[in-house]
Amino acid sequence: MTSPTSTTVTGAPGADGHAADTPRAVAGRGAPGHTGSRASRVLGILALGSIALLVLYGLVWSPADAEMADSVRLMYIHVPAASFMYAGCFITTIASAMWLRRRTPGWDALAGASAEVALVFTAITLGTGSLWGRPTWGTYWTWDARLTSTALLATLLVGYLALRRLDVDPTARSTRAAVLGLLLVPNVIIVNRSVEWWRSLHQRSTLVKLDPTIEGQMLVALMVGFLAVGLVFTWLLVHRFRVAWLEYQSERLDLDLALAERRAEAGHHTDVEAPA
Amino acid sequence: MWRDAALVAGRDLRVELRSRVTTNQVAPFSLLVLVLFAFALDPDRQLLERLASGLYWTAVLFAALLAISRSAAIDETDGVRDALRLSGLDPAGVFVGKAAAVAVVLLALELLLGVGVVVLYGVELAGAGLVVVAGLAATVAVAATGTLYGALVSGLRVRETLLPLLLLPVLAPVLIGATRAFEAALAGVPADGWPWCGLLAGLAVLYAVAGALAYGTLLEGS
Repeated sequence: MTSPTSTTVTGAPGADGHAADTPRAVAGRGAPGHTGSRASRVLGILALGSIALLVLYGLVWSPADAEMADSVRLMYIHVPAASFMYAGCFITTIASAMWLRRRTPGWDALAGASAEVALVFTAITLGTGSLWGRPTWGTYWTWDARLTSTALLATLLVGYLALRRLDVDPTARSTRAAVLGLLLVPNVIIVNRSVEWWRSLHQRSTLVKLDPTIEGQMLVALMVGFLAVGLVFTWLLVHRFRVAWLEYQSERLDLDLALAERRAEAGHHTDVEAPA
Repeated sequence: MWRDAALVAGRDLRVELRSRVTTNQVAPFSLLVLVLFAFALDPDRQLLERLASGLYWTAVLFAALLAISRSAAIDETDGVRDALRLSGLDPAGVFVGKAAAVAVVLLALELLLGVGVVVLYGVELAGAGLVVVAGLAATVAVAATGTLYGALVSGLRVRETLLPLLLLPVLAPVLIGATRAFEAALAGVPADGWPWCGLLAGLAVLYAVAGALAYGTLLEGS
């Protein structure tokens, strides 16, 4: 099993220089062999530590809000998660643009990874938001502009990831995904604006009175929330990216492996059949 | 570019005319949707009349999905994509041509659905200027967006199921804008509708430009 793999990576490719060239070029760019590294392990520990700090600040050290009571504590996750959901979309769009320019697999992997992580954070945003809405607004869901556009953002991301999951030629898939990813942020902005406009016609000032001046311990808790969620986001993004990278490499290596096996088989067959 | 566009649009429309899929299947389907809405909402004339704009544009979107899927399917058989790639036609022209053909088909369907809404839901027409302009802008927006997204999914085995998932969230602003504009026109306050018309026109231009720019990449890259 190992010998054909190592020959394709290190040894000179034979007749099929085309197929074997790519993985070597990829491996040569300092690709990690696994998803962990010293830096990401430190990052992971920092993320865990900041989550612990957030739990203390969010649940113990910060006071309850005068109006929203304890449900305000959800905000320390909700607001940062929403911010990083948008950050993930931006990374996807920028990486898609870079892929269309450079055509290097790393950008494609980054676009996909960040869209996936963004979807996770969209789910967290919607989940914490509706949990918060129940005691505050008396309902899990209202047709508020932010809720509606976030739901549409989730479907945009799901569609993008569905396109990426298809079992077709990887380059064609990357091209299509990149065009779709490039349109992601413009679409998000258009949907956001138009939904905002749509709702503002019906109800002048919506129920969202989310940012009356936050101060003191609550501000600190929110900042810790941003730190913790940011670290988790980065950690997830790095690891998802590395998994995507390994997937990409293994796809190429599998192809080479299969080619080598077929060739060996063919050689074997002729040997057997010649005397017969 | 425009000559290429006319060529491609002519081809698509000719295929559509000869295959009669639009007249024999898509048009009856879209009328059926109007009838289904009445079943779902109780044939209460007042309710239907009040919701007519929204139901109308929802029906248009459903019909549009089929029309766009058809338009993408034309290029999938007999190696038409390869032929287009080799033909030396300007990709932007191909995009504009395909979008224009979809727009013509959509306009025909919209006219039919308009008659359907007037007859079945008892809508009284008003604000003709706004209705026509908003309708045209929305049609171009849907056709341009649809052609772009149709190219994104064309040739895939899951085209029929993936297209609505990708396209409908993107078309939500078009649905909102067109519905508001029509409501304003029918309510006799066209001044409320013109800003929405602006949104529709902006979306139409935006997606037409994006599609014209991206179509070459999509044509080459698959």
